[in-house]
Amino acid sequence: MAQYTFETKKDTRSGFGAGMEYLSLNSPKVVALCADLIGSLKLEAFIKNSPERFFQTGIAEANMIGIAAGLAVGGYIPFATTFANFGTGRVYDQIRQSVAYSGKNVKIACSHAGLTLGEDGATHQILEDIGLMKMLPGMVVINPCDYNQTKAATIAVADYEGPVYLRFGRPVVPVFTPENQTFEIGKAIHLMEGADVSIFATGHLVWESILAAEILKENGIHADVINIHTIKPLDTDSVLKSVVKTGCVVSAEEHQYNGGLGDSIAQFLAVTKPTPMEFVGVNDSFGESGKPAELMEKYGLNAASIVEKAMKAISRK
Amino acid sequence: MQTQELEKIASQVRRDILRMVHGCQSGHPGGSLGCTDLLVELFFNAMILKTDSSGNVVFQMDGEGEDVFYLSNGHISPLIYSVLARRGYFAVSELASFRKINTRLQGHPTPHEHLEGIRIASGSLGQGLSVAIGTAQAKKLSKDNSLVYCLMGDGEQNEGQVWEAAMYAPHHQVDNLITFIDVNGQQIDGPTDKVMNNRDLGEKYKAFGWEVLHMAGNDAADVQQTIASAKKLSGQGAPIMVLMQTEMGAGVDFMMGSHKWHGVAPNDQQLADALAQLTETLGDY
Repeated sequence: MAQYTFETKKDTRSGFGAGMEYLSLNSPKVVALCADLIGSLKLEAFIKNSPERFFQTGIAEANMIGIAAGLAVGGYIPFATTFANFGTGRVYDQIRQSVAYSGKNVKIACSHAGLTLGEDGATHQILEDIGLMKMLPGMVVINPCDYNQTKAATIAVADYEGPVYLRFGRPVVPVFTPENQTFEIGKAIHLMEGADVSIFATGHLVWESILAAEILKENGIHADVINIHTIKPLDTDSVLKSVVKTGCVVSAEEHQYNGGLGDSIAQFLAVTKPTPMEFVGVNDSFGESGKPAELMEKYGLNAASIVEKAMKAISRK
Repeated sequence: MQTQELEKIASQVRRDILRMVHGCQSGHPGGSLGCTDLLVELFFNAMILKTDSSGNVVFQMDGEGEDVFYLSNGHISPLIYSVLARRGYFAVSELASFRKINTRLQGHPTPHEHLEGIRIASGSLGQGLSVAIGTAQAKKLSKDNSLVYCLMGDGEQNEGQVWEAAMYAPHHQVDNLITFIDVNGQQIDGPTDKVMNNRDLGEKYKAFGWEVLHMAGNDAADVQQTIASAKKLSGQGAPIMVLMQTEMGAGVDFMMGSHKWHGVAPNDQQLADALAQLTETLGDY
């Protein structure tokens, strides 16, 4: 019998909206900004509860980041929201100078990250955002895996003092983590116990990793599955503990190899415990239009691909 | 404060600027000298600043209950550093460390080194107005009636983000914000009308919904009067833009009227010639 089950599927962006609804009622210093995408970011409840704490910026993301920094100076906790492509790559220098280098308590909260945005195609499917954000000194980078975890992460980052990039998405995915969980920034979650291969996954690929581990188990292979919801700071203790046990690694993420979770893990292991490692992610290419599941299959971001990479990692031990 | 007193401070600030840029043989003296009269008026007269019981300024990052100033054209850092030090935010002796290793007085201003008086990094142009608007909106949310001031360059008007901010502020009725543009007509590659013509900035900002004033930026009396007028226009539904005509290099005859001194440090002889034109009123650092 499967270790993890689910009753419903929901989008992680709705988890963000639920978190913001909670903050509208419980955190008077939280303010929200949006660049003409209120519906996509699920901000309706926040705006209904606290209209004076919402700032519509129009389609002007650079200005939105600056205004968020200015609100943070004034003692507020701004969530600057839009699609991940427009909230990171488009405004990299604004985030770099006015938020990260200035040390401002701004939360950059972005939906529609990765390929699962689907039909809109590569102009909107950013696969470089984790890398861009994690390169900034002092920036926390979080990519929760389901609705409940995204809601909890949203509430947690409001309590954390400092710049954060919170990444989530559009498709409905299984809701399998506990309702009303406590989210601990920088603390990985051990999902499945195994000694044959470590699977470190983030975001939408966490559920795929669970499915992959079930398939591996049917073949007598036991995977250690760990949800790395916080890419930076990386929970290196959890990574090392698992790798010492298994001796090989697969990373899984909806992102480029370059700059992603796998890249962070490989960098850590290279200097602490060199280990055979395989990557599930997009290998130096742009996305394209299509249904989310079709794209995930075409680009090898699903359970089947994780199984294949796990077998390869084990063979290299 | 009387304009005569302010002019004395301005003379010392101009000496500081020249000596700082000479000291590290790097930095931007031209725009710093041109905007000196504005910043002296703001920090020594117009702005309400947080002070302790002895009347000494106290830096608080959130600027609660006090006026807040943002320098968007961060390359005129020698000016803001001199004015902050002379106003009492940090020791005047620290000015000697400008742009040198381990300094808090980085080439462009930043709060990263915890320098009192600096709330945001600037240098990459076009970002300061957005930040100023954000803080002005924070003040409104907190029912804090103090004002936010911002200074940009005219070359900086080339940046697209400036116009995003220009559209946003009137739409959201950010009327507790007084912004200045240093209209010296010069940028690094030459006159602004040759590099990228701003055309009529006053008409542009009016069309965006701003109240627009004009000011002779190197005339201490006109600076004082215009800022007083700008304050009276605050709280009436529109942000205020002051177009400030200045001379790059103002106060040093051979540095005026050209973009040559935008980002060039004087040599020993040039420094001596420049300082001979500026009275040491408060004691050099």
